[in-house]
Amino acid sequence: MAQSLKDMQVRFAETHPPLSEAQAAVEAARCLYCYDAPCTRACPTHIDIPRFIRQILHSDPVGSAKTILDANIFGGSCARVCPTEVLCEGACVEQTQLKQPVRIGALQRFACDTAYEESRDFYGAGAPTGRSVAVVGAGPAGLTCAHELCKRGHRVVVFEAGKVAGGLNTLGIAAHKQDTAFALGEVDRVTGIGIDLRLKQRINGANLAKLLEEYDAVFLGVGLGKTAALGIPGEELKGVWESLDFIFQTHTKPLNKCEVGRRVVVIGGGNTAIDAARAAIRLGAEHVTIAYRRDGNAMPAFRHELDGAVAEGVQVEWQAMPSRMVGRAGRVTGVRFSRSRLDGKGRKAKLTRVRGSEFTLAADMVVKALGQEPLLDLLGAVSGLKLTANGRVAVDGKTGATSVPKLFAGGDAMSGAREEVVNAVESGKIAAAGIHRMISVQVKS
Amino acid sequence: MKAKRASKNGNGAGRPKTNGWQAVDLSVEFCGVRSPNPFWLASAPPTNSEYQVRRAFEAGWGGAVWKTLTDEPIVNTASRYGAVDYDGRKVMGLNNIELITDRPLDVNLREISNVKRDFPDRALFVSLMVESKRETWHGIVKRTQDAGADGIELNFGCPHGMSERGMGAAVGQVPDYTCMVVEWVKEVASVPVIVKLTPNITDIRAIGRAARRGGADAISLINTINSIMGIDLDTFAPRPQVAGYGSHGGYCGPAVKPIALNMVSQIASDPGIGLPISGIGGIQAWQDALEHMLLGATTTQVCTAVMHYGFRIVQQLIDGLSGWMRTKGFTTPRDFIGKSVGRIADWGDLDLNYKVVAEIDPLTCINCGLCYIACEDGCHQSIDREAVDEVDFLKRMKGHGDRTFVSGAQRFVHGSGDGYVNVYSIKQDTCVGCNMCSLVCPVEGCITMKPVDTGKPKMSWREYQRMLSEGRIEKIQPPVHV
Repeated sequence: MAQSLKDMQVRFAETHPPLSEAQAAVEAARCLYCYDAPCTRACPTHIDIPRFIRQILHSDPVGSAKTILDANIFGGSCARVCPTEVLCEGACVEQTQLKQPVRIGALQRFACDTAYEESRDFYGAGAPTGRSVAVVGAGPAGLTCAHELCKRGHRVVVFEAGKVAGGLNTLGIAAHKQDTAFALGEVDRVTGIGIDLRLKQRINGANLAKLLEEYDAVFLGVGLGKTAALGIPGEELKGVWESLDFIFQTHTKPLNKCEVGRRVVVIGGGNTAIDAARAAIRLGAEHVTIAYRRDGNAMPAFRHELDGAVAEGVQVEWQAMPSRMVGRAGRVTGVRFSRSRLDGKGRKAKLTRVRGSEFTLAADMVVKALGQEPLLDLLGAVSGLKLTANGRVAVDGKTGATSVPKLFAGGDAMSGAREEVVNAVESGKIAAAGIHRMISVQVKS
Repeated sequence: MKAKRASKNGNGAGRPKTNGWQAVDLSVEFCGVRSPNPFWLASAPPTNSEYQVRRAFEAGWGGAVWKTLTDEPIVNTASRYGAVDYDGRKVMGLNNIELITDRPLDVNLREISNVKRDFPDRALFVSLMVESKRETWHGIVKRTQDAGADGIELNFGCPHGMSERGMGAAVGQVPDYTCMVVEWVKEVASVPVIVKLTPNITDIRAIGRAARRGGADAISLINTINSIMGIDLDTFAPRPQVAGYGSHGGYCGPAVKPIALNMVSQIASDPGIGLPISGIGGIQAWQDALEHMLLGATTTQVCTAVMHYGFRIVQQLIDGLSGWMRTKGFTTPRDFIGKSVGRIADWGDLDLNYKVVAEIDPLTCINCGLCYIACEDGCHQSIDREAVDEVDFLKRMKGHGDRTFVSGAQRFVHGSGDGYVNVYSIKQDTCVGCNMCSLVCPVEGCITMKPVDTGKPKMSWREYQRMLSEGRIEKIQPPVHV
């Protein structure tokens, strides 16, 4: 199974390669320049898409990049990892007439890459206000919030538990979609505005209480924790992985040193399950099967992701409910499933096991992709912090404010979060505006 | 009964039997010279040599005007051409600072004889330009017709290089000079003489009348338009540049067609001219040529499209015109040449009581909003924008094409964002019927201009003025503005 690093890099070549200048010009000319453009409205960060495309058309890719980054400081990353098929490009009016949207994501990447190659720095810290804000978590939400506050002249310290910054944008999206070096480079551009980034600083409840005393405001962008357990026998067997750990390694190890099984079963139906399956195929797995307990109509993974996986040879077992892991000598050898019966429609359908439908999928690696659980150890330790029933931080959607004075939140940890990087960025922007309003009032008074 | 009906059909509107894909007779006669089709090459770089004109005739061109001959070959510059591109489309307009032939007269004349010998059925005219001396003109005209040319075209239009030497547009911009030189030429010409007009004048009809006075047999127009194509933003040199400098050049190509059509119609409708016309300017497609013909041109001349794509384009011109003639039931170009000349009226004669208003077809509308913003900012604020909830929008669209897709167990709607779709409609009471929304709409046929019966008789501005002065009518109220 030994494969050269070069082979692996070819396999992990980006699924959406960059546009050449000529391609970008042709694609940009397709944009109609809609008024109150649906693409812009469909973008969670409301990038002025017709404007940035027109800037490309008129040979101003650097100006175009600034238009993008003004709305979304992770514009380069989002150009790569956004599910544009269901956001800007899904809304594009050329879907209606031509069944072919303008390739907005690819154009956004073209603009950002061009500006980055020219090492353009568009932003600097604002005139000091004397106010300071602590940001907990250096994911896209936290860094965006920090960047926005720095622009407005506030001093910002970011505390990050991990060894690298960028959160799931750096590590949590498989390497065929997000290039590690690019993600880290974009983080450097963001922090370069003058953010005091402190890595390997895990914040607990006691620390957080102190931060709230020392700083004018605190932003909580801690994301989520461990993948939820299946709660079935055998989960402790060797060869059973959590999906994020499996994906992390494509960023933290040389690709030919990443662990992968010959027969991989991925359990789950979300976009992370697809990411893991497509990464496993690229790492050299011979059989990759996604097992999902409901049917295709209920699958939370996007259609284009599933189609991509199937095209690459990933098999799907629908209505497969795992009952236990099978193992030998402490290593997993398979997963036992029974079929599910669905009563009702879509995600709300009630699931029951069909008696006598048991079957086993052989596997030397099982990847659990069930969604992450909230960091209740931290959140539960913050006195007065209101959480929702599923353990998410309750926030005011307009300001990012939590139930605790001076404490704001965003990203995956907050209530109503959607999992995309672009959603995290927007929540960071909203909270930064909320924090700025609050502490500016204090400055005046 | 049967026979009667057949004869009635036969006499009808000259409608031919449409039995199959038979050839249509495209031949025309232009001041006595026959041409198998109305598509000629203009006097320009593509007609510079025997090699090129042979290739053109082999490709199917009906005629050609040989690139302008003179007594002494000229010297050209590098570079020479410049183009206007528009949002990714190349050569919407072309200009040149190239001069007339750079090849010796005797070589050109020998080649003209060769081509005419081998293509006797094609119309071969030769463009001429010499200094304004009677004897010089006599000499070159005689030599050209002796070489076998079917006719002569006088280049009174070239706007650059030659005009500074008292030739080209320098003659074509002064009616008396035009008349004088035509007279000289006609003193010795035994073949038809076309005068090619420059558009770089205030009223092209003055020159056309002068040509007529001098005895011209036909008029061709337009020559190229004075132009500077642009500036290189790094070097600050104009385009095209010669060692960092440039000079105004002659502009042509698709972008100039409307200017040409106007001037062709002016010549065609002027009662003091009455000469056959060869239409030139912006012809790329058969429709362009046809428009020239409908406005009075018997033949058409093409240059830029050939410089861009080669001689092969003539086949599309022939096929397109033939197909159109079949569907319209025309059997010869004579059936339609000049058919639209009478439709060009003075503004003062247009019907002020004619009314159209725009109508948007909601079923084909893609919700781009281009009509709305064009009307709102540039026109008459007569389009309503309604932000319709996505769910309601889909109800309205039910049964009219799928505007949704499902992914990740969610439904998405094309043209929607933030949960709503913009739906546009015309404010019928304030729409002035200007066309602008229908011009910018990217969906063919989505916005149409519908005539509205005002119940009022036709009334031109002239009639309106008269009726006002006679006290027979109230002043027309100004339109309602925001």
